[in-house]
Amino acid sequence: MTAATANRALAVPAVGVRIEQVNLSYGDNHVLKSIDLDIRPGEFFAFLGPSGCGKTTLLRLIAGFNHADSGRVLVGEKDISALPPWKRDIGMVFQSYALWPHMTVARNVAFGLEEKRVPRAEIGPRVAAALELVGLTGLDQRRPAQLSGGQQQRVALARTIAVEPKLLLLDEPLSNLDAKLRVQVRRELRELQQRLGLTTIFVTHDQEEANTVCDRIAVMNQGVIQQVGTPKDLYEQPANLFVANFLGTANIVEGRVIGDGVSRAFEVAGGPKIPIAADRKVAPGARMVFRPQDCAIVGAGQSAGPDRTIADGTVTYREFLGASVRYGVRAGSADIAVDCPFHAGDALHEVGTAVTVAIATRSVRFLSD
Amino acid sequence: MSLALPTGRARARLSATPGQIALALGIAVFLALFLVWPSATVIYVAFTEKGGGAFTLVNFADFFRTDLFLRSFWNSFYVSAMAVVGASILALPLAYITSRFAFRGTALIQTLGFLPLIMPPFVGAVAMQLFFGRNGSVNLLLDDWFGFKIPFMEGLNGVIFVQSIHYFPFILINLSAALRNIDASMEEAAQNLGSSGFRLFRRIVFPLAMPGYIAGASLVFVKVFDDLATPLLLNVKDMLAPQAYLRVTSIGIADPMGYVIAVVLIVASVAAMALSALATRGIDYSTVQRGGGGLARRKLRPYESVLAYLTVMLILLLVLAPHAGLLLLSFSTVWSFSPLPDGYTMAHYARIFGESSLYIKNTLIYASLAGLIDVVLGTAIAYLVLRTRLIGRDALDWAASAALAVPGIVLGIGYLRAFYGVKLWDGTPLASLWIVIVLALAIRRLPYALRACYAALQQISVSLEEAAENLGATKLRTVRRIVTPLMMGGMLAGFVTSFATAAVELSATLMLVQSNSDAPLAYGLYVLMQSAAGRGPGAALGVIAVLLVAVCTVLSHFVIERGRAMPQAGH
Repeated sequence: MTAATANRALAVPAVGVRIEQVNLSYGDNHVLKSIDLDIRPGEFFAFLGPSGCGKTTLLRLIAGFNHADSGRVLVGEKDISALPPWKRDIGMVFQSYALWPHMTVARNVAFGLEEKRVPRAEIGPRVAAALELVGLTGLDQRRPAQLSGGQQQRVALARTIAVEPKLLLLDEPLSNLDAKLRVQVRRELRELQQRLGLTTIFVTHDQEEANTVCDRIAVMNQGVIQQVGTPKDLYEQPANLFVANFLGTANIVEGRVIGDGVSRAFEVAGGPKIPIAADRKVAPGARMVFRPQDCAIVGAGQSAGPDRTIADGTVTYREFLGASVRYGVRAGSADIAVDCPFHAGDALHEVGTAVTVAIATRSVRFLSD
Repeated sequence: MSLALPTGRARARLSATPGQIALALGIAVFLALFLVWPSATVIYVAFTEKGGGAFTLVNFADFFRTDLFLRSFWNSFYVSAMAVVGASILALPLAYITSRFAFRGTALIQTLGFLPLIMPPFVGAVAMQLFFGRNGSVNLLLDDWFGFKIPFMEGLNGVIFVQSIHYFPFILINLSAALRNIDASMEEAAQNLGSSGFRLFRRIVFPLAMPGYIAGASLVFVKVFDDLATPLLLNVKDMLAPQAYLRVTSIGIADPMGYVIAVVLIVASVAAMALSALATRGIDYSTVQRGGGGLARRKLRPYESVLAYLTVMLILLLVLAPHAGLLLLSFSTVWSFSPLPDGYTMAHYARIFGESSLYIKNTLIYASLAGLIDVVLGTAIAYLVLRTRLIGRDALDWAASAALAVPGIVLGIGYLRAFYGVKLWDGTPLASLWIVIVLALAIRRLPYALRACYAALQQISVSLEEAAENLGATKLRTVRRIVTPLMMGGMLAGFVTSFATAAVELSATLMLVQSNSDAPLAYGLYVLMQSAAGRGPGAALGVIAVLLVAVCTVLSHFVIERGRAMPQAGH
């Protein structure tokens, strides 16, 4: 059987997932708070957040291993909240892979088909097709313990895909692989998902994984969805301080809004003063947020312009990163990280010297918690 | 819990010093003298002509030609197999209930798990006869109410019944551990792929728990096969261990048949253990992930809850029957042909604390000495195996553990034969000294103490010792100031286990006790229990034995728990 026919054999019409007002508590611990989500058919979607944010709990809830106190989960417009896990038709790849050590690779992959009472004659070819899809042809008589971590992960994937689930759930599938393999496997995962067109939810705490693999991401913290969007949206337009800080590095500077009735500005004590556009709302207590690459160290005596703000400060640390140099600059009460591109022959600023920092005004956002 | 031991570096650092070599040689000599030589003597005698020294198989041919021995062999096999079945019937529901459900009686079941073990099975046998015998409480009541009796205790049934109740904890403990070691994701993955209910249990949970069950079952089989005192007290003589004992004690230590039976016992023990090792070879099914807590437990539905409690209560009643019977008997004036004793008295205790307090004193001395020897040897062997690259260190470990395969009665016969020829300066044979009993007990319990010490040392990171040596401490001082204090918990646990089990051990001592003044408690119990008049005082002595072991068990639990609460060294 060729890869093309294997794909067709495993293809399933894509379905969407809707999560409505889901709440879940363990005693006093409110793990999921009013979760609303809409995942489109065929989408590669990520739940991203620090450990303990509720992302795995939400994933397990979709699979049926946790039960919501209120709210419901719809897969392809069908409410599955009351179904037990074995009737949901949702495939899940476990973080530990959960391969059964007493069965061979082939038996592991065949298990789901047998449980679904697939005719015996069909099981063999479908197991072979699933193993071919993940590139494990020929290893079907091995035991899980005889496989490498990467191979085990593929078996877990093949086992799940073989039953042609409506929805694929991946619980931190890359966390048990070493760094180099991780990059390779995440590309393969993306490619496979694209070929199968299978709606997929991916749980991770690693923003790079989520950014590189997924179409859209739901950033979660403390049981609440902070923001949903494409990787670019989340990075460029974070909705709050948590998202800004969790995705990439951000300068987060405290200050206060001053205004003379005509124009407003965000003033950092002893440091820069950023003009605020008239149409922009700034919540009380909001902080100024911008990325290290959206500011630069400029020559002394440069003046502020309409699109940039100038601040004088002192270099507090220097980190040479190869392609760029990151400087810490203390400007008044603000500690600012500045990324300067590095080209061969460039001179570096020494710690303790006075420098001038220019901040691209347009990139600055005012966010609160 | 990783023992991050960079082997390359460790290899360079850990070479043997003269002191370590001397230590290893000392242990080797001890094991050779008190384990290998007596066992080898038994085997040698079985294969040589009586009176002569020529190799022969005649003794074995005699064995297989004698109906009594063949029947005994078959009976031993049958009783052991049925005891495994009986123990499984008791253990399976308990293991299932505790591992699958959020059951409030879990603590109760854990208590159940060690209650039988704190009483020697032969002590329980007498009490069980009173409750379940032909004219015991249960059958008297059954006869009164329904007009029939159940032959619980008739012949081999009695041995099977008593041994099942006594040894089921071995299966319970092993099976529960195996079930606890199954990660919840194993089951969830199956559910996710459409499996549920009994099919899921049959295809995933049961196969994964199988190695644990086999380990427990083979242990029960071997223990029952080797047990001497229970069948003797129940007056069942046509089993192998009693036959060996009777041959040696009635015909004499020159008769080869006792030795032949002993060899058969060894072969059966080793075969059972080898079979179970073979059946579970290469399958380490421990799948628990970091901090995982085994299978998910679900709440019991009301009717399930009632069912669960009924099951547990029934088993609890059975398990407590020997204890209750013993306690009643120790206070009763006369108890026969009635469901309960006719009257109550304190006289038995008075008698025990008077004339029989010697038994208690002897037991305390013997068991403490045996425990001490075990801990010293166990620590030394563990140290040599884990911390040196001495050639043959694994052989020491292996030899010490091999004591598991030598049934108590075999060791006893071996000691008699091997040490009877060794005369002291005044002409008394070495085998008649009480210290030989201590040595036999120490050898019998060494494997268990060794495991405890081994585990304790394994948890101490080598870097803690390296740090001490780096700061100028010699190897000996490092052991004294760093290793020993950190191992203390494990060593104490090893001592208590050895002490408690040695205190009620009978099969080896039954052969070795030469005079009543040297007899330990278990021997006294056995002697008392054989006559109707001695049963009252015997029961009182039994109660004291049970209390002694119970206190030790609680103590060792306490020590182990405290050790766990302490931040683990080197992690």
